[in-house]
Amino acid sequence: MTNISSSAASAEIEGPIVPQAPQAPEPKAKPAWRSLNFGPRMWVALGMILFVVVLAFIGPLFYPYAPDQKVGGLYDAPSAEHILGTDNFGYDVLAVLMASTRNSLINGLLAGTLAVLIGVLIGVVAGYVGGWLEEALMGITNIVLAIPAIVILILISMSLQSTDIPFLKGIVGLALVIGITSWPWTARAVRAQASSVATREHIDVAKLSGARTPGIMVFDVLPYLASYIVMAWVLQLASAILAESTLSMLGLGPSGTNSLGMQLHWALAFQAVAVGAYWAFLPPTIVLTLISFALLYLQSSLDEVFNPRLRRGKKKDLARAAARRAEAARKLAEQIEGRQEVTA
Amino acid sequence: MRDSTDSGVPVLAASHVTKQFRVAGGHLTAVDDVSVEFHAGKVLAVVGESGSGKSTLARMLLRLMPVTSGTITYQGKDVTHIRGGELRSYWRDVQAVFQDPFASFNQFFTIGHTLRRGMRAEKLEGDTLDALIETCLGYVGLKPGDAVHKYPHQLSGGQRQRVMIARALMMNPKVLLADEATSMLDASLRVSALNVMQDLRDNLGLTVLFITHDIGQACYFADEVVVMEHGLIVERGTTDEVIFTPKHDYTKRLLSDVPDLKGSLKVRKD
Amino acid sequence: MSGILMRASNVTAVYAAATGQDVPAVDNVTVEVPEGKILGLAGESGCGKTTLGNALAMIANPPLYVVAGKMEIDDHEIDLSTLARNSNEVHRGYRGATVSLLPQGAMNAISPTLRIRDLVVDVMRAHDRNTTKADALDRATDRLKMLEMPVRVLDQYAHQLSGGMKQRMVTVISTLLNPALLIADEPTSALDVSSQKALIEMLLAMVEKRIMRGVIFITHDLPVLSMVTDRLAIMYAGKIVEAGPTEELVNNARHPYTSALLSSVLDPTEETRTKHVLGIPGSPPNLGNPPTGCRFHPRCAFAMPECSLKEPQFLHERDHSVACWWANDHAFETVPMEVNEA
Repeated sequence: MTNISSSAASAEIEGPIVPQAPQAPEPKAKPAWRSLNFGPRMWVALGMILFVVVLAFIGPLFYPYAPDQKVGGLYDAPSAEHILGTDNFGYDVLAVLMASTRNSLINGLLAGTLAVLIGVLIGVVAGYVGGWLEEALMGITNIVLAIPAIVILILISMSLQSTDIPFLKGIVGLALVIGITSWPWTARAVRAQASSVATREHIDVAKLSGARTPGIMVFDVLPYLASYIVMAWVLQLASAILAESTLSMLGLGPSGTNSLGMQLHWALAFQAVAVGAYWAFLPPTIVLTLISFALLYLQSSLDEVFNPRLRRGKKKDLARAAARRAEAARKLAEQIEGRQEVTA
Repeated sequence: MRDSTDSGVPVLAASHVTKQFRVAGGHLTAVDDVSVEFHAGKVLAVVGESGSGKSTLARMLLRLMPVTSGTITYQGKDVTHIRGGELRSYWRDVQAVFQDPFASFNQFFTIGHTLRRGMRAEKLEGDTLDALIETCLGYVGLKPGDAVHKYPHQLSGGQRQRVMIARALMMNPKVLLADEATSMLDASLRVSALNVMQDLRDNLGLTVLFITHDIGQACYFADEVVVMEHGLIVERGTTDEVIFTPKHDYTKRLLSDVPDLKGSLKVRKD
Repeated sequence: MSGILMRASNVTAVYAAATGQDVPAVDNVTVEVPEGKILGLAGESGCGKTTLGNALAMIANPPLYVVAGKMEIDDHEIDLSTLARNSNEVHRGYRGATVSLLPQGAMNAISPTLRIRDLVVDVMRAHDRNTTKADALDRATDRLKMLEMPVRVLDQYAHQLSGGMKQRMVTVISTLLNPALLIADEPTSALDVSSQKALIEMLLAMVEKRIMRGVIFITHDLPVLSMVTDRLAIMYAGKIVEAGPTEELVNNARHPYTSALLSSVLDPTEETRTKHVLGIPGSPPNLGNPPTGCRFHPRCAFAMPECSLKEPQFLHERDHSVACWWANDHAFETVPMEVNEA
């Protein structure tokens, strides 16, 4: 270990091996986040998501009515006091809507995050390590992928209804179930990317530096997959919310709790459509559509953020820049008059 | 530390090494029964065009790729199939610098972090580690202040390649393998990088394996040259022997096709 | 303009950087290509040679803007600037037909699903929609026969061809319309030495047969340039620092940068075996904030006090021009090499 230090100290190296030249002062480097380009689409998507989040979490703090408070009769039409009327239980629809949105979002977050965690773990290990481990993991992935998710979800959630463990009964239980059945898509996508990153030179350099496999996977492979993981996470959120809504609407969700799907379930059960009580099923549908659309829109705008080639500048910015350049050209033309010509 | 200056014992050797890849419709033999010895304290250039198998051979010597058949020996010991801790200790003695200075870095780490990484196993810390970093960077003409807190994209191509050499030096290797390490550098930087490697041989007694397609660079600083074509070694000898008195047709053709600065002018005059 | 095929004057091109600042990649450059000759444009990364090639070929796209420049070719006078609204229409008439660009990496940009003959038809039709398939292929076949290249290549896909063959094919295709000027950007960089030699021989044959009347050959590889060019221009940091007949430049370099580049050349000769070269200290300047006076002075072994104060004026010695204060003081003297030896 002391070979280099001692020999460098004792050897007569005449001056620097590589001659130095005076360096011009460098401009300050821009912080990394500034180079990310947040386009208008992203802000629109974030705005929609923010609206839903405020509805779900802030709304109840200001709204006078509780979701389990009987305030009227069966399907009272919207009025000044109850903007969205009452549902089949006589509860204020808006209050129930806020509560359901909150539960659906929590479910989406739990299930989506769980799915991404499992998918990334399996994908990175399979993609980086390769060999028989990759075959085995991808085999499992394909099996889970092939079985119709809805069937598993129905079966598991039915058995969950009869469980004794309290926390599994509600929205958390369902989120767990959705999480452990929807990871294959992420796993496949991540595996393909991890497998490609594993062939890059910095991995070889890491190995030569003595780094071990777990360390390489976490520090040399994972960061390069960051954009994929973020986009996969957003998609998993959206699909988890929709999966829960489907189940609940079919009556297979946690019956005790409110969720967007449950609201639709009750609307179906009490024939809100036939009766003409649009306020019972339209609001949850709109919110569900809004949140799914917002998440998918966010995902497509993130593509722009991570992939600079897709960026399109705003028309007026380009026009302004062109005008600036025309001005610079005129000034330059004046300067050129006085300069001597170069003939190559 | 074993004294390997005895030129009879090669420090690194490949013996009947073959590499075959399975492709659609059979096998592709990238390296075909190659045997070569590298002697301590010398610079040996492996010259070949694309598809000659030189990079595949390099990767096998580095144990980054498994051999199909044959043996690789380091200081007399068979290292062809070592793994785990043994492999990691091999990688303390045998280091490499690759072609693409930017791709060789983890772009999310600072240069300092990348340099310190290799030292974790040695349990070097604090001042000793900083001193080692300073020495190694100094050896390639960089000051710690210039590089340690920066990210790879903030350095120029030439600086990155020099940092890569410093990184390899920090492991205190006995053998340095440069795989097309200068191909992506401009001509003036290329010369500086070659000078650094020549100095490593002169002052630290390092053995340098220089893989390249450019026989001119081999001419500048190699002691011995090996020429590869289609996975086979077609010629070997000292630099003067191979370049000025080539015996194999391929070597002769290679040398005549390479444009040389002053000679080409005379040709055009006709 | 007798004997001169093309003259481009005062070309300035800027990049709109993300920071909002405009970086002049090519700064007030004037080049001339003599009739029937090959001009070499040499320099290291970032010197602006590719940008100049794009500007001359009239294919500059945002964020690259050609701010000024005039091209005189064949009694036409073309405004190279891309700022005017109609500049694209004006340039379209000359692109490909008068000035053709063979970009770097062209051989790897061939669509994998096209046979070479489909590519030929596409290129011909892009210029004249009425060209029939038969006409296009006839033209290509005749050209291949003229250059002694195998005609069966037309029926193959890109992946079936070797690197050298691909590059020769794209060179042939980009000159099917017999452009007056071909601008070739690093055509030999990715090739093996034997393919490199074949391409160079083909280019020389094409100029001799008057398929093109002039070529601008852009590369950093000086030995290749000494093999193929009649005249050589050296660029540094967006400016031309020296220009002259190739042989004269190689034997009597007048600018310290040219001399340093020449001494960095490593070819398999006795000289290379014995010499020790120091390379050029430092690195190329940031074009957004270049050094004052001569842009090379911070790295120059011959820098004098005035080098950091005033930009050097051009000194014309017959057909050899150099922009350097040291050269001004040492008329007709070759830059000494001793300082570069250890």
